[in-house]
Amino acid sequence: MTDLLQHLPMVPIVAPLVAAATILFLTERSRRIRIAIAGLSMFVQLCAAIALLTLTTSAFPDVWTRGVGVYAIGAWQPPFGIVLVIDRLTGMMLTLTAVVGLAAFVNSLAYWDRVGPHFHTLFQLLLMGVNGAFLTGDLFNLFVFFEILLAASYGLLLHGSSTQRVKVSLHYIIVNLVGSLLFLIGVSLVYGVTGSLNIAELPAATSQLAGKERALFDAATSILAVAFLIKAGAWPLNFWLPGTYAAAAAPVAAVFGILTKVGVYVLLRVGSLGAGADVLAAIEGPAMLRPELFRGGMYYLGILTMGYGIFGMLAAQHLARLVAFSAIVSSGLLLTVIGLDIPALMAPALFYLIGSVLATAAFFMLAGMTERAWRSPAQGSSPQAATPEPEVPPHYVPFGVRRTPALHSQDDEVGVAIPAAMAFMGIMFAFCVLLVTGSPPLSGFVAKFALLSAAFHAADDAALAGPLWVLAGVTLATGLASLVALTRIGMRLFWSVTGRNTPRLRVLEAGPVAVLVVLCIMLTVAAGPVMAFLDEAAASLRAPQIYIETVLAGKEVL
Amino acid sequence: MEILFALAIGVLSGSGVWLVLRPRTFQVIIGLALLSYAVNLFIFGMGRLTIGRAPILAGADATDVALYADPVPQALVLTAIVIGFATTALLLVVLLAARGLTGTDHVDGREP
Repeated sequence: MTDLLQHLPMVPIVAPLVAAATILFLTERSRRIRIAIAGLSMFVQLCAAIALLTLTTSAFPDVWTRGVGVYAIGAWQPPFGIVLVIDRLTGMMLTLTAVVGLAAFVNSLAYWDRVGPHFHTLFQLLLMGVNGAFLTGDLFNLFVFFEILLAASYGLLLHGSSTQRVKVSLHYIIVNLVGSLLFLIGVSLVYGVTGSLNIAELPAATSQLAGKERALFDAATSILAVAFLIKAGAWPLNFWLPGTYAAAAAPVAAVFGILTKVGVYVLLRVGSLGAGADVLAAIEGPAMLRPELFRGGMYYLGILTMGYGIFGMLAAQHLARLVAFSAIVSSGLLLTVIGLDIPALMAPALFYLIGSVLATAAFFMLAGMTERAWRSPAQGSSPQAATPEPEVPPHYVPFGVRRTPALHSQDDEVGVAIPAAMAFMGIMFAFCVLLVTGSPPLSGFVAKFALLSAAFHAADDAALAGPLWVLAGVTLATGLASLVALTRIGMRLFWSVTGRNTPRLRVLEAGPVAVLVVLCIMLTVAAGPVMAFLDEAAASLRAPQIYIETVLAGKEVL
Repeated sequence: MEILFALAIGVLSGSGVWLVLRPRTFQVIIGLALLSYAVNLFIFGMGRLTIGRAPILAGADATDVALYADPVPQALVLTAIVIGFATTALLLVVLLAARGLTGTDHVDGREP
């Protein structure tokens, strides 16, 4: 049994890959089978992620000792082979991806998966890329998984092609191609200087460097950081983000919320190996990342990102755009905490990450529902209504894809319509506002309260007091700004009477939003146990030598 | 050889960056192509420049690794070429779609 469990880290990568490949062979006619395969894959991913999460906790010490599991792909041991590494943080991110992915998948069934071809294939490949990026322990492999998720995200962003989507896709693809080139430069420089691409091997290899080679390595890590910061949506590399996320189809935007966190995750992982306090003690010689550069850089970029997010939220006129800015704000807060490198702040920040990803996903789907419900063909007063509707084929059909009218007429949205749609959306909107702004009593508040409480305790140290007060001030300001902006948009959406159809909501599209909100409420109720687990996860980030030793344990076998 | 190699990378990436910053989509895509050539050469150079050495160890008498080229950057270059090729092809399709939908080849979809 334990032997079989050792193969579990492959499942989150293999399941979506197999599903995506199988769906590709089926035509649009066999839609039910496609959905069944994709749904099965989502279910398998969720189970595997939860199992991985459980196995890394201290409840199962005999599967993976010390909470870190290593899977050598093809039994090629490091340093020659590529490894997948699973620890508590990875397990948490995988579960989060599976939950949000499942919600977005169900949401897409109501409408979005039929407005263009190959939605489920691209969606599964996106999840494969995200899961792989979380799991891999190799820099170049990370690049490959980044490219998989990006290539799938290009396709998903274009899904249901409208002029607006094609316009923002152009920007998105160009920015990310340049980011990928930077990534490649950084990776190859790292290899050229250290001779290794295994993330766990780098800290030891770096400590031997001196002089020009050390300078080259610093340049390489800086270039890599730029590539990750583009993904994370850090200011000033995030001007592509709000337009892109706002233009994407609702379920697509919901999973895109995870993509920014992939960048944050990589910075967190590499930062914990390279600039953590314990690495300095465990390895002779200088740390992999120059701590003052890395921490300082992340801190100031995080603060500036949150500041940009505040102005963006206040200026946003559309709900989806506002939610995109709130995703930027949450990235900024996480970057700030990475930069501060205070142990007590990490667990609340991870709690905040979980809550914000769930809330953002729910909010994006809700924004999609309001947009469709409020779209009034006769009036076209709001700018969102003015954009061409995705189901109306333009004169020029991109990609030569002509849709058969039988598959989507206006009223073919299947599923049971839920009663009191307006009340439902209003309530969900209120919950989402509470979650995103961090107002009591939901998980956003718990996260911010824990974060600020830890920050105030840590501020007793005079050297840290200044940065921590700035963090507290900016965090509270983001809450206020998002509350003001969301109240304004909420009043316009729900209290104004002009140009509104009575929406018909299906359980399929409304259900996932409700489930995500309920999950957030459960997160609030179970804040104690969750925070205890996150403390463990944060502690393992503080002790990267366990990660390094476990990954490189296979080296002696050779 | 090093100077020639470095100059080639420099010229390619310089022209690439300039073209990427231009407002027309075609210029941008050519710039991206030049940049990816530069990056591919750069990855290759990171395995140290050698002449007439094979990357694959032949036979059991292969004991001196100094006689062989580093195979890893070559594998990385191959992967990077394939991925870059695919994404550039996708960008080309989006570029044509944007041209058709907006009626202009400006990257913002409208003339300034």
